[in-house]
Amino acid sequence: MAVYRKTYRPYEGPLTPEWSRFLIIPRYAFEEMRRKRFLALFYLASFFYPLVCAIIIYVVHNLSVFSAVGLPQPKALAINAGFYLHLLGFQSMLAFFMASFVGPGLISPDLMNNAMPLYLSRPFSRAEYVAGKASVLLILLSLMTWIPGVLLFAFQGYFEGAGWVASNLRIPAGLFFGAWIWILVLTLLALALSAWVKWKPVAGALLFGVFFVAAGFGGVINTVLRTNWGHLINISHLIGTVWITLFEEPVRRGAGAVFFRVARGEGIPLWACWASLIGICAACLWLLGRKIHGVEVSR
Amino acid sequence: MASAPEYPPVIELDGLEVRFGERPILKKLSGSFSGRAIGLLGPNGAGKSTLINTLLGFHPLSAGTARIFGLDIQAEARRVRSLTGYMPENDSFIANMSGVRFVRLMAELAGLPPGEAMERAHEAFFYVGLGEARYRDIGTYSQGMKQLTKLAQAIAHGPKLLFLDEPTNGLDPPARQRMIQLIQEVRDRGELRLLLSSHLLRDVEETCDQVIILKDGQIAAFCNLEEERRANRRFLEMETRGANGEFVEAIERLGCEAAQSGAGRIKLVLPEGVEIRQLYALAEARQVQIRRLNHKRDSLEDIFLKAMESPNGRL
Repeated sequence: MAVYRKTYRPYEGPLTPEWSRFLIIPRYAFEEMRRKRFLALFYLASFFYPLVCAIIIYVVHNLSVFSAVGLPQPKALAINAGFYLHLLGFQSMLAFFMASFVGPGLISPDLMNNAMPLYLSRPFSRAEYVAGKASVLLILLSLMTWIPGVLLFAFQGYFEGAGWVASNLRIPAGLFFGAWIWILVLTLLALALSAWVKWKPVAGALLFGVFFVAAGFGGVINTVLRTNWGHLINISHLIGTVWITLFEEPVRRGAGAVFFRVARGEGIPLWACWASLIGICAACLWLLGRKIHGVEVSR
Repeated sequence: MASAPEYPPVIELDGLEVRFGERPILKKLSGSFSGRAIGLLGPNGAGKSTLINTLLGFHPLSAGTARIFGLDIQAEARRVRSLTGYMPENDSFIANMSGVRFVRLMAELAGLPPGEAMERAHEAFFYVGLGEARYRDIGTYSQGMKQLTKLAQAIAHGPKLLFLDEPTNGLDPPARQRMIQLIQEVRDRGELRLLLSSHLLRDVEETCDQVIILKDGQIAAFCNLEEERRANRRFLEMETRGANGEFVEAIERLGCEAAQSGAGRIKLVLPEGVEIRQLYALAEARQVQIRRLNHKRDSLEDIFLKAMESPNGRL
């Protein structure tokens, strides 16, 4: 450690690359999160299901283990697109809870403590600020969703061989893009609510409201008007529809995945789902743009 | 506008105009300012903070332009902000952080690598006198400590120009004195230029060598305090006992301009070559007591009041 000179001296040393500075924000946020025991435990627990999946994949390819220990061989579980879609659905549900715990604390404390002039008086733009805050959730939720999914696909590919991998490439693509769409929507919603609602518990509750209350309201619209268009405000339905398209035909006749279930006969056109999701993201960006300023101006 | 010849311009304004909606806040400000410490004076609502915020790029310009160290604040905003440090007027912090971690984060955002940022955060804390409290959560700091922490984060990354917006806000007299001393020290080292906004004349007078007086979004007056101090050095005001017309005539014979204003008060201008001890010699010879002798000059308060009273907002 330095000898502290009690004087002012200019800085002439090296500077970090400008493009990398937004990553300072997640680094500090993760340090902060590590100190919160509940969040740390919840995050660790979120890897339990991928671990179970890894064990299932191993067992399915090593059924002789059962005979060796004198147990009857179980019926082999199919490791297919549906298996991975179920994994993605379950992990994405956990990601939703994680976002509702972490998201509200990202921007609202900065606004409450008038920290924006400090960030933006430096060579650091509004876009970098939002990117930095968003990357906290993007990194956390990626580690919970598509990264374990792709690793499990590689694990399965190791047992099945290159031919199986080549014929099932839609699965890792579906995991990657499907998770990213969900993570992006979730992140932008969490940030926008955090920017507009200064009280963290209320912002967290509102995130639940956006999903569950809007889904309920969409259901009421469907029942009263005898239509399916009410699903346009049901984000989990929109995501589920996009996912079953990404994972292709075998699942389309099934039902989607857990939290993102798409009931048979209640679908809406894929273009409408995309348009609605893009609209939600655009609205969140607009809301963020309205709040993230160096200073508030009263006109 | 005047500019001291020994320094290149720090801030240049060229018809700078800022509007909030239809409401003009800054009205065609122009001038080149080059002091080591430039004061921004004005009543509440004069546009002092808006000018600082505009120079930092927080408000879009409606017309005109401004340059800092020759860099356009719009075209080269990022470079401008890498040269500046900013101490905001109001409490501005990041929640749930120790003081040193907060200053380190701010230094990293300014571009310093983590190790350097940590080292300079510690240095900045020791420099402002909060070394012992640097690991405490900022939420537990007193108002004075918060002000000093804001100063620490503003200087930790080694800027070339420091914006100080009401730096003595909410400070008790000893804390204010400490803040003024720090600002004077920073100014006197000469490596950092200052733009200090305040509505307290005393703060500006003690720390600045140039003053911009804003009134209603316009520059009402510009004053080079250094020159004022030099120019007024030979004005004297004397309080005497026993002075009469003969004593005043004797002073005038020395070459001074003098005027008696009743109750033994004499105002005079000393020409070059006449020393004050000659006045004492004259007084002794005429049995006159000089009970008080002051250098008289236009105080900043006089200049400020004149600027505020002028009907068109300009001197």
